[in-house]
Amino acid sequence: MPTLAPPLPETQTSPDLEQIRAKFPEGSITPQQGTDWPTWIVRRDILVDLARELRDNPATQLDLMADLFGVDYPDREERFDVVYNLYSIPRHSRLFLKVPLREEDAVVPSLIDVWKGVDWFERELFDMFGIHVAGHPNLRRILCHEGFQGHALRKDYDPARRWILTEDKIYKPHFDLPEGEDDLFERMTINIGPSHPAMHGTFRLMAVLDGETIIASDVEIGYLHRCFEKMSETHSWQQVIPYTDRLNYCSAFINNVGYCKTVEKMLRVEVPPKAIWARTILSEFSRIMDHCVCNGTTLVDAGALTNFWYMFQIREEIYGLLEAVCGARLTVSACRIGGLIQDLPPDFEARCRTLLEMIPPFIEDVEKLVDKNRIWLDRSVGIAAISGEEAVNWGWTGPCLRASGVAYDVRKAYPYDLYDTVEWEVPVLFGGDVYDRYRIRMLEIRQSLKIIRQLLDRGMPAGPHIVDDPHVALPPKEACYNEMEAMIYHFKLIMDGIQVPAGETYDLVEGANGELGFYAISDGTGKPYRLHCRPPCFPIFSTFPRLINGGSLSDSIVSLGGLNIIAGELER
Amino acid sequence: MSHPTETQPYKQSFYERTYLPLLGGMMVTIRHFLRNLLGRGKMYTIEYPEERRNYSHRFRGHHILTTRPDGSVRCVACYLCAQNCPAECIHIEAGEHPDVNIEKYPVVYEIDMLRCIFCGYCVDACPEEAIIMSNNYDMAYFTREQSIVGKGDLMKPFTFDESQLGYRPRFPEEDAQRAKMRRGAFDLVAAAKQAQAQEEHKVAAGR
Repeated sequence: MPTLAPPLPETQTSPDLEQIRAKFPEGSITPQQGTDWPTWIVRRDILVDLARELRDNPATQLDLMADLFGVDYPDREERFDVVYNLYSIPRHSRLFLKVPLREEDAVVPSLIDVWKGVDWFERELFDMFGIHVAGHPNLRRILCHEGFQGHALRKDYDPARRWILTEDKIYKPHFDLPEGEDDLFERMTINIGPSHPAMHGTFRLMAVLDGETIIASDVEIGYLHRCFEKMSETHSWQQVIPYTDRLNYCSAFINNVGYCKTVEKMLRVEVPPKAIWARTILSEFSRIMDHCVCNGTTLVDAGALTNFWYMFQIREEIYGLLEAVCGARLTVSACRIGGLIQDLPPDFEARCRTLLEMIPPFIEDVEKLVDKNRIWLDRSVGIAAISGEEAVNWGWTGPCLRASGVAYDVRKAYPYDLYDTVEWEVPVLFGGDVYDRYRIRMLEIRQSLKIIRQLLDRGMPAGPHIVDDPHVALPPKEACYNEMEAMIYHFKLIMDGIQVPAGETYDLVEGANGELGFYAISDGTGKPYRLHCRPPCFPIFSTFPRLINGGSLSDSIVSLGGLNIIAGELER
Repeated sequence: MSHPTETQPYKQSFYERTYLPLLGGMMVTIRHFLRNLLGRGKMYTIEYPEERRNYSHRFRGHHILTTRPDGSVRCVACYLCAQNCPAECIHIEAGEHPDVNIEKYPVVYEIDMLRCIFCGYCVDACPEEAIIMSNNYDMAYFTREQSIVGKGDLMKPFTFDESQLGYRPRFPEEDAQRAKMRRGAFDLVAAAKQAQAQEEHKVAAGR
């Protein structure tokens, strides 16, 4: 074991949770000990009732169904665990539910009546583990194609297998359309994507149009599925960092931070202040960049090309800064477990200050161009509107949720890095439409600048950029060339990987488009036993048909841009 | 529940309904147009093959196998880079070196550039500083076979120009810059002290 880790604190069970537990028969709920989040092991037959109780009981109010995934333990009698990650926004509490299942009886009841956001998560569970979800209205594969055989995240699935998709197996959508109303024979089905300039990424939208109005639609995803979670299981902990770059590639740095933070939490290493400081600043710059890309491209979809240039100039400069820090612009891999890739360049602070000077004029120019522009207002106000209540039920997080009036921000709810030491606010708007999603991003850029300015004024902390622990971080190169011991550590760390103590944890950061979480399970070896990423886009995009049905075709394109769907993260 | 169940969309004012704010937007574009026309604005587009972007000396580009003073490859075929590579794009075949102090050398050292993700993990892993990166980013191949770059081509760029170096374990340029900054700071402190001493001297003389 690397660092001398203190024992995990005893899991706190709140009286509210105990009260709910008492309502259910004895033995159907067992609290799991030794986990850092409250976790219940739940029998399958009470799951739906329990879920409804947890959502509706004012003592818990677990209204956000954040995540659902499976874990495979082939040696265990009950082979699968289905893990539900529930969060209560009003009460700020989190609860994990685990449902163990036998292989021959791998069925869970669907929770789609309780939380609509589980729709795609349950399909993913079926796709990846072959666990049948009873009562799901549309249970078919989601990330793998129809010609795929087997279930990729089962431990006995060989990752090198390839499957061919033949034309006869391609999914053909069928819609429940009202009959007899198509008098003028104007109804037609169109197919946008997978490679279409208006679809930001490779999504396929199938829509039935009546004139210009979409009356039914369906989306298909999975074109960019890269088996991130399966690949993590075959690589060492530190080798996963470049893969996380490719999740949300518009703000790759935040993904790095999220992943490294999860592993650091398992290792219980103390990250040096300099690395924490730089991580906060670069995360905020990445957020600005991501919001710029999202707003810039949304406005392009609405025909306002000029904003795109202004926004992308900001992005270009931030890429320059990231490149000076780590050597790459897009896929940065700038974090290491325990710190940063390299010491910061000597002109880091000066460059950050130049950026702070340079960004606001562009933001103001864009606001002058479109904020009160009636053409943009007519295209965006009231389009694809969703209320806060409904958005939470669909599992939304991030700027899109805050545009619907729910102030949930991970940086405030679970402060990490230096976010609790600086002054900033969570902007909230109540329109829930494309216009407010655009506005909220502009406001958040301002808040990010505020955070960065305060941190720069504080000055760069002295000290190393990475933790001085040869079990976690590679020893300095100088030592490695000259000292036998450092050389041995260097070899051990690369050949065997970081030995993360056995256990499991969930850790989360505020990604540019929502709560980005990593659930990591270690069996004490150098490779993750299971690594699950909670992609913020995934539940948001599952709402897309609900948002565009009834609107016009052109509105669907604008609303897609405003949601900031990143294919790399959606499909992992 | 506690979340808003209704949306409150933005309400357009009469002024916004008149399309008049568009004039303000026009002013913005005209200002940018004039500034760029007069060459005041920074242009972000470059005419690529003739004009090139300046990257920092940390840029992770095409790999370089460094050499010993006698021109032979420095790599000792320890396989750490191949082990640490997340993309599994490095292929090494080791052979026995005639010099007993060196023991091993790579008979074959190949990097599949189409597979490589340029993460720099090989540089981090190398205990000999035998693989570093250059800031060369334009790699284009006609066939997939060409993209598998062998030992000879990896050793070549190093002999061309030392200003092309990219990501590597040590950055001597930065150390020089840091030292200069530090000396600069000391100079300032010294100057301030001197000025203060002069001031005190004047005050003393005036008295």
